[in-house]
Amino acid sequence: MYEAKENNGNVIEAVDLVKRFGNFVANDRLTFSVQRGEIFGFLGANGAGKTTAIRILCGLSKPTSGQIRVAGYDVYTRTEKIKQRIGYMSQRFSLYEDLTVWENFRFFGGIYRMKSALIRERADQMLGRLGILELSDAVIASLPPGIRQKLAFSVAILHKPEIVFLDEPTGGVDPVTRRQFWEMIYEAAATGITVFVTTHYMDEAEYCNRVSIMVDGKIEALDTPEQLKKTYNAGSMNDVFLKLARRNEEQMKE
Amino acid sequence: MPEVSITGEGVGKSYGTTTALKSLDFTVNKGEVFGFIGPDGAGKTTLFRILTTLLLPGSGKVRVEGYDVVKDYRILRRILGYMPGRFSLYHDLSVEENLRFFAGIFGVDVRENYHLVKDIYGQIEPFAKRKAGKLSGGMKQKLALSCALIHEPVVLVLDEPTTGVDAVSRREFWEMLMRLKTGGITIVVSTPYMDEAMRCDRVALMQQGNIMTTGTPQSITAAFPHKIYRIKGSAALNILSLTRKMKHIRSAELFGDAVHISTENTDQAPTAAEISQYLSAQGLGRHIISEAVAGIEDCFIDLMKQPDRHV
Repeated sequence: MYEAKENNGNVIEAVDLVKRFGNFVANDRLTFSVQRGEIFGFLGANGAGKTTAIRILCGLSKPTSGQIRVAGYDVYTRTEKIKQRIGYMSQRFSLYEDLTVWENFRFFGGIYRMKSALIRERADQMLGRLGILELSDAVIASLPPGIRQKLAFSVAILHKPEIVFLDEPTGGVDPVTRRQFWEMIYEAAATGITVFVTTHYMDEAEYCNRVSIMVDGKIEALDTPEQLKKTYNAGSMNDVFLKLARRNEEQMKE
Repeated sequence: MPEVSITGEGVGKSYGTTTALKSLDFTVNKGEVFGFIGPDGAGKTTLFRILTTLLLPGSGKVRVEGYDVVKDYRILRRILGYMPGRFSLYHDLSVEENLRFFAGIFGVDVRENYHLVKDIYGQIEPFAKRKAGKLSGGMKQKLALSCALIHEPVVLVLDEPTTGVDAVSRREFWEMLMRLKTGGITIVVSTPYMDEAMRCDRVALMQQGNIMTTGTPQSITAAFPHKIYRIKGSAALNILSLTRKMKHIRSAELFGDAVHISTENTDQAPTAAEISQYLSAQGLGRHIISEAVAGIEDCFIDLMKQPDRHV
């Protein structure tokens, strides 16, 4: 029987993760681990099964089989514990547009039962770092997309989660903001927050410590970008991706 | 002189107090693939809705194939093909029902016009009976493109067709566009992905309701006014923070597995050897530095940072 070891440096451990929807196998025996403080790129073509796996790791969906621990907790039984220890940000949903910056901080901090004083302290610290303290009372809808994106990330790590899941965090963002965003990711990782990130920008795959590439529900490759480029004799992560993620996708999905 | 398909003169649009488009001037030639490249909020969708007669310009004039987008909207709608950014087909209709519906609206026959969409629609035809809502992302895209082409438009307008689409599907989509182009159709496309600019004949780089520059991708990158050095090393963040402290460095940015440094145009600007020496003296380990050619993204970043571009 598989026993998850505590404190072995892995914040995510998955062994033979399987998820089936009827006859369709969305995740086919995924085995991988993610180390504390690591920036882990979770790549794959549309429909490869990334979202299904992320939902399981976030405690939002139960796997069909496999042994999976997130932040030391079992994904079958301890989903509430997991949810308290993770942060999540996606391109689609991140902040309440009709609330102000401060109200968003207060709302999300409140969900994690943080004390008001602590929320204020951290929010001010984060806004100060971004150089936008004066925007505290601005309504989110009035802010440019680049600033919203950085705020969304700040809100996602407000409660100092062990792991933050970023689902295509930089889609549609300008090239300067995209880079500033990655510098924020590096800073967060340096404080010990593990970053689990999906992206369609292949240059961003180069910024990860390790990258996994899913094809048709399976992890087809997992290594450092440097090693992946060597293994697949490719000049860039884009070439690695194009070599691996061949088109079986069009046959049957969703 | 190339024949002109679309002209915009002083095109502006505001929503209440928000300015979406400032005052754009542009020309699209017949038969070219013209890309409007820019992030969310640049004004691409607003502009495309004006081009397709779905939104009135606040100021200025737009003519498409000689017709005015305000006065001649009825004629224009017959000769334009439009693929909106959001998937706009009927989810509860099947693949073939959607195609037949769009053909019906334009009064054309699917069988007669089948040759126009054969290359693209043929790929999803095995799933003709499947509901559009049940298609994968790549298949939806092909169906939407088929529906935009079935009435044989003269101008095809594609609003962010590759947003949220993976790298493989993006490449396939551009290959489809290249094949379409050989038929002589004018294609106007928008994208937030800078690398896709290189696929276009000409592009306009957009930011915050402005066109920052227009030209062939090659002419834009060739006009980059500064030297760029590419530095590869194991500690990208260190390279960034160290080089940002150096004098006569305009910018230091992450570029994939390397850092791009651009220097000021002065004799005092450091050379590659001097940058490398400085980094070594600061304790940075093994690294490789070489002069690099600017890409579209370097140009975009540079244009964004010019103070007069900011609001």
